Amino acid sequence: MELTRRDATAALAAVGGAGGVALAARQRADDPEDGDEAAAGDGDNEDDAALDDVAVRASMTAVAAVLYPSEVDGVGAFVDRFLDGRLDGSAHAKGIRIAVGELDDAARSWYGGPITELSESECDRLLREVGADTAEEDSDGTLAERARYYVVNELLLALYASPTGGELVGLENPQGHPGGTESYRRGPR
Amino acid sequence: MSAGSPDRTSVANADVCVVGAGPAGALVADRLTADRDVVVLDAGPRFDPDDRLARQERAIRPGYDRPDVWDVGGERDAHASSGERFYPLNHARVKGVGGSTLHWQGMVMRLHEADFDSETERGVGADWPIDYADLRPYYAEAERELGVAGASDNPYAPPREEPHPMPAFEPSYSDSLFAEACEELGIDMHSVPNARNSEPYDDRSACVGYGTCQPVCPAGAKYDATVHVDRAEGEGATVIDRAPVQRLEHDADRVTAAVYATPDGTEHRQEADAFVVACGGVETARLLLLSESDRYPDGLANSSGTVGRFFMDHLFAGVGGTLDEPTRQNHVGFYTSACDQFYDEADAETAPFKLEFFNYAGPSPVEEALTGDDWGDELLGRLRDGYGTHVAMGGLVEQLPRADSYVGLDPDRTDDHGNPVPDIHWSIDDRALRTIERANEIQRSILEELGAEIEWVAGPDATGPAYHHMGTTRMSADPDGGVVDADCRTHDLDNCWIASSSVFPTSGAMNPTLTIAALALRVADDVERRL
Repeated sequence: MELTRRDATAALAAVGGAGGVALAARQRADDPEDGDEAAAGDGDNEDDAALDDVAVRASMTAVAAVLYPSEVDGVGAFVDRFLDGRLDGSAHAKGIRIAVGELDDAARSWYGGPITELSESECDRLLREVGADTAEEDSDGTLAERARYYVVNELLLALYASPTGGELVGLENPQGHPGGTESYRRGPR
Repeated sequence: MSAGSPDRTSVANADVCVVGAGPAGALVADRLTADRDVVVLDAGPRFDPDDRLARQERAIRPGYDRPDVWDVGGERDAHASSGERFYPLNHARVKGVGGSTLHWQGMVMRLHEADFDSETERGVGADWPIDYADLRPYYAEAERELGVAGASDNPYAPPREEPHPMPAFEPSYSDSLFAEACEELGIDMHSVPNARNSEPYDDRSACVGYGTCQPVCPAGAKYDATVHVDRAEGEGATVIDRAPVQRLEHDADRVTAAVYATPDGTEHRQEADAFVVACGGVETARLLLLSESDRYPDGLANSSGTVGRFFMDHLFAGVGGTLDEPTRQNHVGFYTSACDQFYDEADAETAPFKLEFFNYAGPSPVEEALTGDDWGDELLGRLRDGYGTHVAMGGLVEQLPRADSYVGLDPDRTDDHGNPVPDIHWSIDDRALRTIERANEIQRSILEELGAEIEWVAGPDATGPAYHHMGTTRMSADPDGGVVDADCRTHDLDNCWIASSSVFPTSGAMNPTLTIAALALRVADDVERRL
């Protein structure tokens, strides 16, 4: 099944750009007025780990090839288009850059090359070795929890909130996608 | 005032001060603003409409709890739960402009005629000092104000004078499966009124099917009270956010000022000729209790001793399972068919209850995809196995007003301003528990007729609240029997009204917001009359 730019646009319509309310930062009622500026990755060391956006896009595409089922095509263009709307100046975007950067560092240390040069099975092992498979997502957590949040769940959310991702499961209007009020009335095809 | 912060100082010469910018406060403010200087104070913030997609993402992602979606929690919202059953208060409310309509489901039924005469008609509960006929024109007006999509195909609904403002949403595919089973059993199905646009209405779009109605509608097709707050502000009302009222200053028979705090740490006094307290079924009672004085040592407007007493919620009853065929769930986040057939069979032994046919049974694939230790083909296989054949029914059951179910103040814990936090002491009567079993029995018979394999039952032991806070400042013609009179004006204070489900003497089993809205419009008329 072909993932299209329309799917990516639809996924963005579902979750929006990463700006606006501090998605990553869990704002509490008692936070100061402009407390939503606080977010992941304020430390200099983490900034050092951040990749530039070309490398982030290439790495996310390589990870998506592992995360997405084998019957979908067009992963590169889909991820690229989705990240057009997510890699902005927001704290969430910064969190993505840092988490991908730290994953890339791990790839270089453990496998001798960047994520983009790993085979799919190596990339799968990398994700599991950092703990992204069993971690609960947390935007402010450990590498495993942030990899789950900013990389694994970011990409899975993009896919399964899109029409094609929904149709893979048998649901052409998945939650988060504004697919109208016709499909709920239709019977199975 | 620091640069960039809004002006949160009080307004001189205000006619009306409304405390709370949820649906009741918003409707009162909107209705009075044309001819009166109105100030609205809300404890929470204004939420940026542009953030709604991000809030939707929070609703879908597993890393956020329900209170995180609208920034509920922390010291501001600390609370206790000391009753027989835990009450998850911060899952049950939103503080801020729009109030809990920001996260509500949006179901808007009228109460039945007998709900207003429970003691007389059913032998239990308390009669309201008003009847359905008193509220009927306000119900129609509330339906127009909120924008209700509905049809007149419900033979069990109370009489109405005109069609709903919008056509009802069409039944779902799964409704058609339920319909066959219900026909076999002699159970009637009918449409259900939604405060959700089935077509463009009031400059808001029709529903586009995001599927996350509860807790956030990014399209604005689901009504929320920002509609009337914005309109009131456009007509000249002053709305001050992040301004929790600390206490109501008063003399013997009048409220003189609402004292509120602002984020810069200062306190302000908002004076007005009339005060409308519209803080919902928990915070309304708490504010009155916090406003105790030598004149009112047990809490303001509490000469009857009933402030905080008779806390009620609706109880959930449900059954779910799977079929051996597709059921097409989770395309939308609202339901389209219900059954009120058994509602008016209520008596002293059995409570009124209503039944709902869900369109969102079983897991949402996108939410499921974000949990688990699998991905790739294995994840897709799990999602396919988990989605597609679920069915479920829900229902709401009335609980009786009991003095030992109450909202009080916790003497051991304070909020971010040093005020005792609310203590929800929630207790449920045996009639309600028996009625949950009765509802389960019908739900189970329908699912069995469908051929479903039943996988879960929310019965008396597993029931939970529907997040409808009611009863804590009950309405009574007798000053010794309640907090407000038939006009929702407090018996003790001449210039103080309460617009809230807190005035419900008995709750019925219908979702309360349409009744809250109708009462709010009626309160506004009474305020206008007396000013």
